[in-house]
Amino acid sequence: MSKMKELSKGLFKDNPIFVLMLGLCPVLGVSTQVSNAIGMSAGVMFVLLFSNMIISALRKIIPASIHIPAYIVVIASLVSFIQMVMHAYVPSVYNALGVYLPLIVVNCIILGRAEAFASKNTVVDSMLDAIGMSIGFALGLTLIALIRELFGSGTITLFPMGNFSGVINIPWFYDNPIRVFSLAPGALLIMGFLKAFFDWNSSRKKDK
Amino acid sequence: MSYIAILLTFIFINNFIFSQFLGMCPFIGVSKNSENAIGMGASVTFVTTVASVITWAIYYFLLVPFSLEYLQTVTFILVIASLVQLLEMVIQKISPALYKALGIYLPLITTNCAVLGIAIINITNGYNVMEAFTGGLAAGLGFTLAIVLMSNIREKLDLQPVRKAYRGVPIAFISAGLMSLAFMAFDKSLITNLHLV
Repeated sequence: MSKMKELSKGLFKDNPIFVLMLGLCPVLGVSTQVSNAIGMSAGVMFVLLFSNMIISALRKIIPASIHIPAYIVVIASLVSFIQMVMHAYVPSVYNALGVYLPLIVVNCIILGRAEAFASKNTVVDSMLDAIGMSIGFALGLTLIALIRELFGSGTITLFPMGNFSGVINIPWFYDNPIRVFSLAPGALLIMGFLKAFFDWNSSRKKDK
Repeated sequence: MSYIAILLTFIFINNFIFSQFLGMCPFIGVSKNSENAIGMGASVTFVTTVASVITWAIYYFLLVPFSLEYLQTVTFILVIASLVQLLEMVIQKISPALYKALGIYLPLITTNCAVLGIAIINITNGYNVMEAFTGGLAAGLGFTLAIVLMSNIREKLDLQPVRKAYRGVPIAFISAGLMSLAFMAFDKSLITNLHLV
């Protein structure tokens, strides 16, 4: 039961994007296309899973006085690794993510979970926490990207597979795109409205 | 690219907050009153400027000669973290008054995307050392402009009847979105029209 709780708290109750408001730079920056959002989520998931695992395994070895630099080294090495892997295998996603990919290092979610959770809990719990948190992050990011791409350009871009080009055109929206959604202001506006919706939703649940 | 063009690019056209979304966490977190916003802005400007020059030097004098470019991310974040620590100590010794004003913001800056962001952008754009310096300064100034404007708006918003669900962070995001819409008036064509290229 408690294991399930570690896993599921990241999805809604402590959703990193809408409730904890962590790691917003990449969320707003890469949410122009669904495929970028998925690439970013995969990167964050990989880094968060392994950083939580390594840090909780080393939690008794790392001296308290230098714990933050030690965490940063672990996270930065993992980010360099994922950068090289993405550059080699999915160069289109690598180019689309641009500066936001190395910026996973300073993504508050990863350092935050290392500090708040992995440094105090067992390896298995930390892994579950990382999986839950990164799925919550992925859901939030994909939701924003879906809204922005659907209204902004009337398409949904996934990865090309076989005959499928990877781009789905949505009939009516494709002819009547609201360009501002895929530009910078759209990201901020959508984030504001979604945050308001989640706040309203959680306060309504509390009142019941 | 001339220095004025770099300044205009990072302050207005590619403003770190309104078009690149770098440094979003302090932008939302520390913009509740204008005094804190100015302190945060000044600290960030200081750190981006110094960090731009130092990371540039490390990249071209240490990483490139030994062809260790792939260590860029690890090196830069460590340099920035130690730089922030060092600056904190130096400022504390030299000017206690300045330390009092900026001290609480400095530790927060290590994990500010804007600092690592400008360090990486300087390298990607292939700037020379003076251009990197200008880039760092301009990015910091753009961040300061955004956070000071935002804090003034939020101070006014506190007095307005805002619906309960929108109070606080959501309305801040929506205001930022509207400001970003206004900033779209600054376009790349500005630089061409002013004959700065």
